Amino acid sequence: MTPVLDLAAATPTLDDADLGLMLTIRAFELKLLDLYGRGLLNGTTHTCLGQEYVPVAVQPLLDPGDHVFSNHRGHGHYLARFQDLDGLLAEIMGREGAVCGGVGGSQHIRRDRYLSTGVQGESLPVAAGVALHLKRAEPGRLACVYIGDGTFGEGAVYEALNIIALWRLPVLVVVENNGIAQSTPVTSHLSGTIAGRAAAFGVGHCRVEGFDLAAIRHRLGPLVARVRQGVPLVAEFVTHRLGPHSKGDDARPEPAVREAREADWLSRYRTAHPAQVERLDHEARTLVDAVADDVAARPPSRWTRP
Amino acid sequence: MTGVETGVVTGAETGAETGVVTGVVTGAETGIETGMETLTAPATTGGAGRADPRRPTVRVAENLNAALHELMERRPDLHLLGEDLLDPYGGAFKITRGLSTRFPERVLTTPISENAITGIAAGLALSGDSAIVEIMFGDFAALAFDQLLNFAAKSVSMYGTRVPMRMVVRCPVGGGRGYGPTHSQSLQKHFIGIPGLALYEVSPFHDNLAVFEEMLERAEPCVLFEDKVLYTRPMHAVESPFTVESAGGTARVSLDFLREQPDCLIIAPGGMAHRAVAAMRSLLLEEEILCTLLVPSRLYPVDTAPLEAALTDGAVPAPRRVAVLEESTAGGTWGAEVAHTIHQRYWDRLSRPVTLVHSAASVIPTAAHLEREVLVDEAAIHRAVREVVRG
Repeated sequence: MTPVLDLAAATPTLDDADLGLMLTIRAFELKLLDLYGRGLLNGTTHTCLGQEYVPVAVQPLLDPGDHVFSNHRGHGHYLARFQDLDGLLAEIMGREGAVCGGVGGSQHIRRDRYLSTGVQGESLPVAAGVALHLKRAEPGRLACVYIGDGTFGEGAVYEALNIIALWRLPVLVVVENNGIAQSTPVTSHLSGTIAGRAAAFGVGHCRVEGFDLAAIRHRLGPLVARVRQGVPLVAEFVTHRLGPHSKGDDARPEPAVREAREADWLSRYRTAHPAQVERLDHEARTLVDAVADDVAARPPSRWTRP
Repeated sequence: MTGVETGVVTGAETGAETGVVTGVVTGAETGIETGMETLTAPATTGGAGRADPRRPTVRVAENLNAALHELMERRPDLHLLGEDLLDPYGGAFKITRGLSTRFPERVLTTPISENAITGIAAGLALSGDSAIVEIMFGDFAALAFDQLLNFAAKSVSMYGTRVPMRMVVRCPVGGGRGYGPTHSQSLQKHFIGIPGLALYEVSPFHDNLAVFEEMLERAEPCVLFEDKVLYTRPMHAVESPFTVESAGGTARVSLDFLREQPDCLIIAPGGMAHRAVAAMRSLLLEEEILCTLLVPSRLYPVDTAPLEAALTDGAVPAPRRVAVLEESTAGGTWGAEVAHTIHQRYWDRLSRPVTLVHSAASVIPTAAHLEREVLVDEAAIHRAVREVVRG
């Protein structure tokens, strides 16, 4: 296993567009927790605090014609693809302009070729079906599926990986391995390794550490190009979930939380590039505040039930 | 509401039954295989009274197979997925025979992965294609339940605007062939009441090509239940003296030409139709009890139009008693859903609550004599309807 890279030496330089998007996702997620705390949101949500860079790294590797399948922790995936803060917040708040009319909420979003579902592992077989269509009707395009380490407990993952490999389907599985499934650490829910599981099906695996987006894209680029030719790939990002599973349900022991905080890409990056972070973070928070004020003032979303 | 248990059925009482018992003895798959070699065009005469003696009898399995051939021809976007579908095997019940040879690109044999197969069909549907999944034994659809309940059916409406999903999951169901507790169930009841999921059942009176077209045109996921004992039975045949006519997806078996008020309206899904007609015949000849039978192609959502017509006085005065039949075991049944619909709308037209006739609250045993004690057969239907009418 690759050791964790030396923090100081590993701190990359990010361009303003990438960092701005990562900070916008961070600000969006913090805003959600703030709104929940003030009783302004209904239901539940799962934030991707600490994992913002994963979809931002992947995004330029994808074509608008590719399909993206997301999961319960999907705000970052959506925002990285569409940068549509207000459609997403309206969806979560059930306000006019909601991307799915307020029916789907945080976990069930569909727009163009992006779709999220709230059941673990469920999207992998669906992505295989979409990839089968693409392979025949639109060769060169792929289906990208975001799952977590916890998702590897679901049988659907293995049924799908088997078929994806057998039928040489253009599927890119992006694993956000944050080391914890809700409250259960990876040591209690996963035997062996994700690499070993991919290998069992003859599916390629690539382990990604750190948040040097340029380096990540440089490394994944050729592998994603092969996915488009029908060579599926599991890209495992070793990452950290900074916040609770959903709103306030973090039962992790203090050392685990501290470790996640210390590993957080933002705290590390801020140390090395304080001025850039301050400037872009201010912009991101200002933008998110404005969107939140605007969306909160809108009338409820409307839905014509079939 | 009256539930009629059918647990006590002796061998003698089942003597008149042919479909169930001979299916076990002679091995129905062999029959189908033989039939396939002389495959004929699908019967399309929905209103035929009896099988035309001048025409070779088309069996239900042949009609299904021909329907799939025609659909694959008509719809270049249609994919067929399932386990062991490829020729020369052609599926466990041979319903897909010949298809992989004709359409090798779109007939896909899969690993034993019902969950994934159903998800792949949903992915194809999401991409604008159409897909039909064969679940080898309907019992295994339990393994696909998440994809059906939480993804395919939900996707039609949970994203705020309607997402068309053209997919059909075919489920061979039912007992009477000695396959035992996990290969003999009638699972219809487990899928009732799911928004965005429509349920259909194969019947000898509904041409399957039209049924498939209707399901795909709904643009929402459908489950098609196929009672295994029907596969070797003839299409469109009905025992004398009854006649059958089909309108709007529901077949009506009756003696309407007598213009007499039937004593009882029987409602049964396709797999029960031949047993219902046999019971209607013995009720008529032995008890002078006159029944009319409705066989809906779509089980859910319940189609109220034929119920309305059957329970409204017309040229034939409407019956005042209703029995709903099904092979499912007791508890949370399709019949209960139909009965509720009838009670809500037509309570004042009934002389007594709707009677449910179903199999016993039991696993379905393997041994023939034990299986017969559990499953609904024509003798049980006869007894139940006699009780409805005579008290």
